[in-house]
Amino acid sequence: MSGLPKSGSSRKPKRRLATIVMTIYLLFLLIPIYWLVIMSFKSNSEILSMFTLFPTDFTLKNYQTILGDPSWYMGYVNSFIYVSLNTVISLSVALPAAYAFSRYRFFGDNHLFFWLLTNRMAPPAVFALPFFQLYSSVSLFDTHIAVALAHCLFNVPLAVWILEGFMRGVPREIDETAFIDGYGFTRFFTKIFIPMIAPGIGVTAFFCFMFSWVELLLSRTLTSVDAKPITAIMTRTVSASGLDWGVLAAAGVLTIIPGAIVIYFVRNHIAKGFAMGRV
Amino acid sequence: MGKTVNQRAWFLVIPVLILVAFSSIIPMMTVVNYSFQDTFGGNEFFWVGLEWYRELLHSERLWDAFGRQLLFSFIILLIEVPLGILVALSMPKKGMAASICLVLMSLPLLIPYNVVGTIWQVFGRPDIGLLGRTLSDLGISYNYSQNAFDAWATVIAMDVWHWTSLVALLCYAGLRSIPNAYYQAAMIDQASRWSVFRYIELPKMRGVLMIAVLLRFMDSFMIYTEPFVLTGGGPGNATTFLSIDLVKMALGQFDLGPAAAFSLMYFLVILLISYVFYTVMISADKDEERS
Repeated sequence: MSGLPKSGSSRKPKRRLATIVMTIYLLFLLIPIYWLVIMSFKSNSEILSMFTLFPTDFTLKNYQTILGDPSWYMGYVNSFIYVSLNTVISLSVALPAAYAFSRYRFFGDNHLFFWLLTNRMAPPAVFALPFFQLYSSVSLFDTHIAVALAHCLFNVPLAVWILEGFMRGVPREIDETAFIDGYGFTRFFTKIFIPMIAPGIGVTAFFCFMFSWVELLLSRTLTSVDAKPITAIMTRTVSASGLDWGVLAAAGVLTIIPGAIVIYFVRNHIAKGFAMGRV
Repeated sequence: MGKTVNQRAWFLVIPVLILVAFSSIIPMMTVVNYSFQDTFGGNEFFWVGLEWYRELLHSERLWDAFGRQLLFSFIILLIEVPLGILVALSMPKKGMAASICLVLMSLPLLIPYNVVGTIWQVFGRPDIGLLGRTLSDLGISYNYSQNAFDAWATVIAMDVWHWTSLVALLCYAGLRSIPNAYYQAAMIDQASRWSVFRYIELPKMRGVLMIAVLLRFMDSFMIYTEPFVLTGGGPGNATTFLSIDLVKMALGQFDLGPAAAFSLMYFLVILLISYVFYTVMISADKDEERS
C-alpha cells in the first residue's frame, strides 16, 4: 500500500497539465466566438476604422435592425418551423424502425440498416438539384414541409442509429414480461417502452434539431421567400456598399443562442448521445 | 443477446422505407437518369450512354478537386483524431467543471455551417479580424483570400475548431465507461501513464473512435458551406473541394448530365470507403461481444 500515496502525488502535475490543455483548447474555441459577439455590438465605422478588443461605442443598433424587420426575424421563425417539423417526423418514423432493428432478426435487416446509413453518407450537394425538381413538381417548393422532408434524408438514418443504440441497452426481459402480462404491442410501446428510453429520445431529438438547424445547402435551394431560413437571409448583408459586418455578426450571434440553450438541457446525456448510444 | 427471428418486424420498418424512398430513391433515380442523357434546354433529352462518365474521368478539373478533397480529409483526420483524444483525456471527470467543459465544447457543433464560415471570415480578415490583424502586426504576411497556403491553413483551422469537439466528446463517452477498478489495478501494478493509455483506455475507446473516424471522414469529404462562405473556393481553385465544384456545375452552369455523373461517382467513392469502415466496425463489435 505504500506505493499508492506516492503515485497519488505524482498524478498532481499530470492534472495540472490536463488543466493547461483544456484551458488552451477552450480558449481556442471561444476566442473566434468572442470576436463575433463583440463585433455585433460595434457600429460599422468602429469595425472598419478601429481595432478594438472591446466595443468603445457600445450599440444595440445591429440587433434592432434584425428584430425590428419582419423580413429578418421571419427567417428565425421559418427555421424553427422546419426544424421542429423535421424532428417530429424523424422521431416518429425512426422509433418503430429502431425497435425492430434492436429486437428482431428479419429478412435483409443488416443490408437495410447499412442502406439507411448510406443516406447519411450522401453529400447534400448531390441531392440539391433533384430535390429542387422533385419538390417543384409536387408544388411543395418554398414550403416548410419541403425542407423538413429533405432534411429527413440525413436525420432519419441518424435517428434510427442513435435510438437503436439506446434501445439495445434495455433488457429484452422487459418486453417479454409486458407481453406475458397481456400488453398489446402498441400499448406496450407507448406506455412502457417509450418512457423507458426517454433520455435516448431526448438526445435523438437534440441531434435532429442540431443537424437540421445547421444545414444550409438544401434549405437554401428549396426555398425562395416564404420559408427562407435565417442562414440564407444572412447572405443579403452583402450589398453594393460592401458588407454590413455589424448586422451580419448580430444575425450570427442570434443563430448560436438556440443551440446553446438546447445544449444546456441535454448536457448530462450529450456524451453518450454523441457516441450514438453505443458505449 | 440473441435476437429472435420475426419477419413481421418489417411492418415497423415500412414508415422509414416510404419516407426514405421519397427523399432518397426518387431523387437518386433522377440523377442516374440525367447522367446518361444530354439536353438542349426544354424537356428534350438524348441518350448519350457513358459519354459523361468518360469525359469526367479525363477531366483534369475533377481529378484536381478529388486530390484536394483527399488531402483535406487526410489532414483533418490526422489533426482532429489525436487532438480529440488528448482533449478527452484532459477533461475533468465530474462535477461543475465537467458540465461547463461539455457545454462549451459542444457550442461550435451547433453553429450553422455558414455562420461558422462567417465567424472565421471576420476572425481571419487582415483588416478587421483579430487573427488576421494580430498576425500582420507580428510581421507575418497572411491573407486567406489571396494566398493559397493561408487559405488552406484557415480552412483547416476552421474545421479543427468546428469538429474536434465531436471526436473529443465521443472519446470522453468511451472513457467514462471504463470501471474505476481498472485504474486501481493499473496503479497497484505501477503501470506508467503510457501503458494505462495503451492497454486500458485505447482499447475501450476503439468502438467510439471508429464512429468518430467514420463521421469525420464522411463529413469532411462532403464539406461545402464553410469553405464556400470563407473562401468561395479560392484563391483560384485552391480550396474548391468536390462539393463546391459539383454545386458550381449543377446549379451554377446547369450542366445536368456531367453534374449527375459527377454526383454518382462522388457518392460511390464515399460509399465504398464508408462500407470498408462499416464492415470493420461491425466485426470489431462482434469481437467485443464474444470476449
